[in-house]
Amino acid sequence: MSVMTSAAPPLASEAARPLVEVKNLGRVFDVSKPWLNRLTEGLPRRLLTAAAEVTFSINKRETFALVGESGSGKSTVAKMVVGLIAPTTGEVIIDGVSMSDRRHDADRRRLRRRIQMVFQDPYASLNPRWRALDIVAEPLRAFGIAQSEAETAKQVGELLRLVGLDPADGTKYPHEFSGGQRQRIAIARALACNPEFIVCDEPTSALDVSVQAQILNLMRDLQDRFGLTYLFISHNLAVVRHMANRIGVMYLGRLVEVAPAREMFAKPKHPYTRMLLDAVPDLDLTGRKRKPVEGEVPNPVDPPPGCPFHPRCPFANERCRVEMPQPILTGGATVRCHAVEEGRI
Amino acid sequence: MADTTALLVTRITTRERIRAVLGSDLVYSFLRSRVTIAAAMVTAIIVIAALLAPLIAPHDPYDLRQLSLLDSHNPPAWLSGGDMRFLLGTDDQGRDVFSTILYGSRQSIAIGVMATLFAGMLGISLGLIAGYTGGTVDAVIMRAADIQSTFPAILIAMLIDGTSRALFGEQRNEQIVFWVMVLSIGLSFWVQYARTVRGSTLVEKNKDYVLAARLIGIAPVKILFRHVLPNVVGPVLVIATINLALAIITEATLSFLGLGLPSTQPSLGTLIQIGQKYLFAGEWWIAIFPGITLAALVLAVNLLGDWLRDALNPKLR
Repeated sequence: MSVMTSAAPPLASEAARPLVEVKNLGRVFDVSKPWLNRLTEGLPRRLLTAAAEVTFSINKRETFALVGESGSGKSTVAKMVVGLIAPTTGEVIIDGVSMSDRRHDADRRRLRRRIQMVFQDPYASLNPRWRALDIVAEPLRAFGIAQSEAETAKQVGELLRLVGLDPADGTKYPHEFSGGQRQRIAIARALACNPEFIVCDEPTSALDVSVQAQILNLMRDLQDRFGLTYLFISHNLAVVRHMANRIGVMYLGRLVEVAPAREMFAKPKHPYTRMLLDAVPDLDLTGRKRKPVEGEVPNPVDPPPGCPFHPRCPFANERCRVEMPQPILTGGATVRCHAVEEGRI
Repeated sequence: MADTTALLVTRITTRERIRAVLGSDLVYSFLRSRVTIAAAMVTAIIVIAALLAPLIAPHDPYDLRQLSLLDSHNPPAWLSGGDMRFLLGTDDQGRDVFSTILYGSRQSIAIGVMATLFAGMLGISLGLIAGYTGGTVDAVIMRAADIQSTFPAILIAMLIDGTSRALFGEQRNEQIVFWVMVLSIGLSFWVQYARTVRGSTLVEKNKDYVLAARLIGIAPVKILFRHVLPNVVGPVLVIATINLALAIITEATLSFLGLGLPSTQPSLGTLIQIGQKYLFAGEWWIAIFPGITLAALVLAVNLLGDWLRDALNPKLR
């Protein structure tokens, strides 16, 4: 396995500094109508806060999951972490190098090799006009990892075998593969430049349930084998439970609870986390009554004042309606909730 | 390991490629349509005859030594007074009409193809840049396209032609005239390409495969031409075919109006223009035969374009 020999450094030195630090990350999108329309119709600018005050860190070889409903800002955070979207506030620090600092251009370029992303829809993430082997070879060629064409072909073959595909299928085009196989190609591409940190943006949500487990297991195997660090975006709590060491729950662009996975599933603290967990189908057939998720996510252009969750929260009081809760540490979890802070729940 | 490596290195062989082409839906739909086959044959005959003109033409209309004014105004060979040497008759300078048609088609097709290529390259590049960059660049390019499309193509062509006359004087040499025609026709047709490509680029640039390429730091120009372009050229092919017919017609129109190629190096349009002076004198063959050739060529290319449009449209399959 010449492709993958340089595994992550030994565990001892890793506790010192998290691989990925996300500090106070925020992104505001301008969704106003064009300038002329605003002028003639007298409309104000409309700003959408997709993410705000997002702070978390990921240790080496750890899987950190971000969960939340559609529109909660998970994907925006993922794209900011890999540098596809520039943050409005805050910064992403990877291995001590700030991704938004202009002074570290050379460092950032070197970092790029160590960060990869697996996208949600394997039907859109592979160029339909490229053969699978060219898709997987692109990072090898872009970073000049393989010295010759023969070397590239050899490494592509190894990568395809690594993700459970036949290297002979490399000459096929993406439409000749199934969804699961396509996602394997996408994973092979992500692994090609030997990264340490992979951002997975709902990597299984476009796949059949039967295929999801195969892809998840493949990703865990690869993590053990190469010491990978994952940021795992999902809306599926069952998937997250299978994959994550720690979980961050997002609501309307903010992290409302960050906790170790086991603790969160055993003792959810934030009312929103409780609501999500109550809605998970009960596979053990304990007869526990399932409560559907109530209400809808408010419009992020016009978020409610105070705690953004208060219109749906059964524990909301007057303070929740006016004051934004700040993150507090209780047990192993960081929670943004007045009710938890006051010990009301 | 060694054998799979060898297998991966091998690019698709020519034979595989030919087999893939013959088995494709495109060939199937082509063989099913008789009109399309006929159109393709007419196009092929005219194009091949034009290409081989120096070999198959009985006379060289550019060689003044071969011309004799005594042979002028001869009717086609099968009419009384016809001469067997001049199958379709002769024009006012004693040139063989059949030979001038062969050489004229050569000019018409060359200008049409070059103009279409020029318009295509310009339009595709501008469309890709506008769609991918967005913002001010997009606005400037597309407003320029809007303004351009408010002028009729022929007007733009006449404008450029007039400018070149002012620049080079009335006695422009034939090389310059050729490229002026290509430029003026090409410039009046790029808008359609730019709009089509921009629209597709707007869709493609947000797809995850483009994000994946950006993530590993591929340069925007490389992303545009290696990732986006192959996914947006389908509709462009259809436009290009139909535009080829339009470009040939536009060239003929300009030449007919006296703005195009000179009568010493005639295109089909120039020939019709020469002939129309004698039409009412009963010498119909000078204008009619080049006219028939032009009509056949343009109709055939148009039919091919229509077929291509339908064949590439998945909703009509």
